[in-house]
Formats: sequence, structure tokens, C-alpha cells
Amino acid sequence: MDPLELEIEIISKIKVENLNLYYGSKQVLKNISLNIKANQVTALIGPSGCGKSTFIRSLNRMNDLIDSTRTEGTILLDDVNIYDKDIDVVELRKKVGMIFQKSNPFPKSIYENVAFGPRINGINNKKTLDEIVEKSLKRAALWDEVNSNLNKSGLALSGGQQQRLCIARALAVNPEVLLMDEPASALDPIATAKIEELIFELKQKYTIVIVTHNMQQAARVSDETAFFYLGDLVEINETKKLFTSPDKKQTEDYITGRFG
Amino acid sequence: MERHFKNEYEHLFASLIKMGSYVEEAVEHSIKALLTNQINLAKQVIDGDNRINVLEIVNDNLIIDLLALHQPVATDLRMLLADTRINNHFERIGDHAVNLAESVIILLNSKNSKDNLLEIPKMAELTKKMLQGAINCFIHRDVQLAESVLKQDDEVDDLNKSMMTLVAQEIYIEMEEKVANPKSHDTDKNLERIKSGMELLRISRNFERISDLATNIAEEVIFIIQARTVKHNITVSEQK
Repeated sequence: MDPLELEIEIISKIKVENLNLYYGSKQVLKNISLNIKANQVTALIGPSGCGKSTFIRSLNRMNDLIDSTRTEGTILLDDVNIYDKDIDVVELRKKVGMIFQKSNPFPKSIYENVAFGPRINGINNKKTLDEIVEKSLKRAALWDEVNSNLNKSGLALSGGQQQRLCIARALAVNPEVLLMDEPASALDPIATAKIEELIFELKQKYTIVIVTHNMQQAARVSDETAFFYLGDLVEINETKKLFTSPDKKQTEDYITGRFG
Repeated sequence: MERHFKNEYEHLFASLIKMGSYVEEAVEHSIKALLTNQINLAKQVIDGDNRINVLEIVNDNLIIDLLALHQPVATDLRMLLADTRINNHFERIGDHAVNLAESVIILLNSKNSKDNLLEIPKMAELTKKMLQGAINCFIHRDVQLAESVLKQDDEVDDLNKSMMTLVAQEIYIEMEEKVANPKSHDTDKNLERIKSGMELLRISRNFERISDLATNIAEEVIFIIQARTVKHNITVSEQK
């Protein structure tokens, strides 16, 4: 067979099937089905209130923390339904880490911020912790900027550095999936560019789902983009296809600024 | 709410339409000058080319501004990419109209130019129709019209090829006459007639190029509306 004809099968890391989500009587996600591919970046776009943040939070059951939330359907992570009764949610969140819009380092040193998760998981060996901290900070592209002063408070870092510290903290527990909810929306263009470069690097090892209001950012960092509108998944497509010739008119109207 | 992009784009669109009308006029005047022996009209075409060149630069700048300031996607992006190329196609057509006008002047100044224009009138008519079709399908975003323009291109190509044969035959006849009557034959007249045959070939070649560029414009219109590339007869599966 001509090697050019070989198609590499991209494995789906997460399979969402018929997901419905309600806050009380209000339905905020309507029968969503989509696959999130392993080692790719999937961007979620759509106007405020379209359900994209709710959707990303359902991927590690963060919505469980909100009262009166009801979820129907299945979300398979490596073919295991994360909504099964016997799922350990703490274990799930170790596998599926989350980075929020506002960076939220603990009021501790840089070192302790990163070592926090592994310590909770029972790792107390100093050498092992040192290795995890260094590796995580390196992967988060922060090591070179902080390695001379790991005892400095995490809160003393700049906004962009704090966000990368939070990424390092998420990486320290060895996740498989990273969820990022507007990770760069509070950052200046230089810090944003660093986060975007980092996302590009991280996808080699992790599956990444990112919510962003910035469509150019979605276009720059993601392999696939999903457009949500009023709780519906309108379209999921290869990013370059979605931003050059989307299949759905609603997507076209949104990305070209005709509504939203 | 009107989009800011739309308002800005209208300027570019209007400027491209203006350029299209100048180009169409240039080609039509070259043809008219040739068919009705109007040397002044041919000179007007040459003098008028500068306004087309100026518009090319104006449009280029408008496109750069729109790309940089609005970062368009989807149809808006395709529109601007296509407009960049259409802008260039228009400018090239303007140049070919000038080439035609120059040939017309040479032919009309030649004492022994040929009266028989062979397939040129037919080519002129077809090329004019294709160019009108291309400009109209661009203005009205008309895919059907664009496709009809594409279909006509082969006909002009065939006429261009047949012009080669016809002119070669005429040159051959001129040479045979010279060989048959070496003393009585007027060499200057002979050469002039061969040169005017060559000039007809140049005209034919310019019509063929204009019709190619009209085809390119029609292809761009299909790209804008249907996000489909129809260039070079390459199918979608081959593009992947």
C-alpha cells in the first residue's frame, strides 16, 4: 500500500453520548453527542450562555458540586462511563484536570503548590516530590523562570506565571485529560501567547479541551472545534474546516460576527 | 445591527466593480478599434491602462486593511482571498487589452496589412462574452453563470489553435509565391503580409489569455460561494 494512503486512526479519548443536563427545570445541554480525540486539542466556542462551560465541567463531574443539577446520558472516558455509580470522583478528577479562567494558586510556595496533589496522593519522599515538581514546572514552561526561587509564594508571580503554575499543579497528579475554561482570557497578549504555545506542546502527552471566547485563539490552538448555541451542539468539525467553510449556516453566522 | 466589516467590505466591492468596468471597456474598445480601424480608440486604451493599475494598488491596500483589522473567517475570508486574486486578474486583463491595442496600431499602420482577420472576429466576440459573464457572476454572486463561463474557455482555446494553422498556411503561401516568381515578386509586401500574420497571432494569443483570466475569475466566484476549488480540472479528492 502506498504509505501516503495510510490513515492513522485517531482514538477517541472521550465519547459523549446523548448528554442532557438540567439546572432545576432549565435544560442547559440538549442531547449532546460528540467524540473528543486523544492527544488533540478540542476547542468549544459559542456565545455566553450556550452551555460550553457547563459541558466542559460535566467532563470531570464538576457540575455535581452544583445543587439541583441533573445529568442524563453517558460520558465514556476510555470506554468507562464517568457517571456510573461506582466511579470515584476524586480519582476521575485526577485523570481529568481542570484549569480555570482566573488562576487560583494556593497561598503557599511555588514548590508546595505543585507538590500539593502528589502529597495528598501519599507521596512524601522528598526526592520523588522534587522530581515531580521539576518535571511539572518544566512541562508547564515555568521552570526556567522560577527554579532559582521555588520557595517564593505562588501568589507573588505574574498573572501569566500563576496560570502556568496552576497548569503545573494539574500536571503533577499525572492526568490524562486537561480541561481549560478560558485559560488566557485574563492575560495580556504575551502571556496568552505563552499559554497557547504551552497548549500546543502539552497535546503531545495529554488530551486537551478548551473553552474560549476568543475565536482566533480557538483557530490557533485547536485541532477540532465545537460550536455550541443555546444548549445545542450545532457543529463539531476540523478547526481549519470550521473556520474556512463550516457545514452549518448558524456556525458561519456566529464566526463571522453576524450574531452572538 | 450592520456589521462594521460589511460596511468596510462594500468599499472594496465597489472599487472592484469599478475596476471590472474599466477592464471590460478596455477590451471592448480594443476590439472595436480593430474591427472598425480606429487608431485613436486603440491609443485611448493604452492611455487608460494607468487608472486600472492605480485601482489594483488601491484594492490591494483595502484588502490588507480588512485582513489585518477584521481577521475574517469562513465566507468573509474566502471572499477576500478570492478578491486578491480577482484584483490581479483584472489588472492582467487590462495589460492584455493594451497588447491588443498595440497590435491594432501596428496593423493599421502597415500599408500591406491583411484584410482577412481569419478567426479573430469570432474570438473577439467569445472573449467579450466570457469577460462580461465573469464580471457579472462576480457582481451578482451567480454560480450558474460562472459555470457557463468555464464551459466557453475550450472554444476560445480551439480558435487560438486554429489561428496557428491558418496563419502558418498563409505564410507558406506567401513563401511559395516568392519561390515561384522570384523576380516579379514584391519582397517588402511579402514581408509585411507575413508580419501582419504574426501580429494576428499575437492578437489571438491575447484573446486566449483574456478568456483564461475570465475563467479564473469565474472559478474564484465558485470558491467564494461554494467553498469549492475548481481550478486546473483537479477534483476534490485529488486536492486532499
